[in-house]
Amino acid sequence: MASVPSEPENRKCVPVASDDDLVVARREGRILAEQLGFSTSEATLVATAISELARNIVSYARRGEIQVSLVHNGSKRGINIVARDEGPGILDINLAMREGYSTSGGFGIGLPGVRRIMDEFDIASDVGRGTTITITKWKR
Amino acid sequence: MPVPILKQSHYLIATIQSALNDSDLLQLRDALVSKVGSLRSRGVIVDVTALDVLDSFASRTVRDLAYMIRLRGAETVIVGIQPEVAFAMVQLGITMEDVATALDLEEGLAYLDGKTQHGQRAL
Repeated sequence: MASVPSEPENRKCVPVASDDDLVVARREGRILAEQLGFSTSEATLVATAISELARNIVSYARRGEIQVSLVHNGSKRGINIVARDEGPGILDINLAMREGYSTSGGFGIGLPGVRRIMDEFDIASDVGRGTTITITKWKR
Repeated sequence: MPVPILKQSHYLIATIQSALNDSDLLQLRDALVSKVGSLRSRGVIVDVTALDVLDSFASRTVRDLAYMIRLRGAETVIVGIQPEVAFAMVQLGITMEDVATALDLEEGLAYLDGKTQHGQRAL
């Protein structure tokens, strides 16, 4: 399902290289979500998903970026988040997507948890070249 | 920004004022675990009312904090988890087993009073 990107003014790119940047990325996501008229609960889901993806970048790739934008598909409007890094990549995506699996000593809810709270989830990773995770949440 | 820790009789109260980064949260954990000893506190309240996100890292750190303080012989109660934050935590599959939570500061104090016989600790 192809979604149409929004105008550049409805897009924010946050460089992520430290845990301070997580706070910024979360806030940008929440601002866009509220702009779109998401409920506080939905906006919190978006902010939480961004937090998980941004932390993955800091933990595994050290640096990368989070891009948040408003998108639409027909009459549907939503928020799209792209988490991109040029880190080590993910050796076994199926394993990384398995419930309860973690290599960083976390809860192991990371990626499967994010997939569960979003409407669309896409992951592309090349070992040695990096990882791009794209998620979308549509407004109900 | 470090979280201020208030001593009130036999309890420590840490009220998180704004969004925290990971280091602030770890610092809070270590400060509370240490102060429970130096101030001979019986209970700890962590007020997270101001947190708009409790992701997996924050939840794990809060849980660790409670476990560590229990190992030091005191009780911890987390108060003020907002409805939408609770919703996101449940959706994400985050649980905080064996960590006491209460609606607000007042309920948290009542919980600690019940747990610690009104905050008495041998001196």
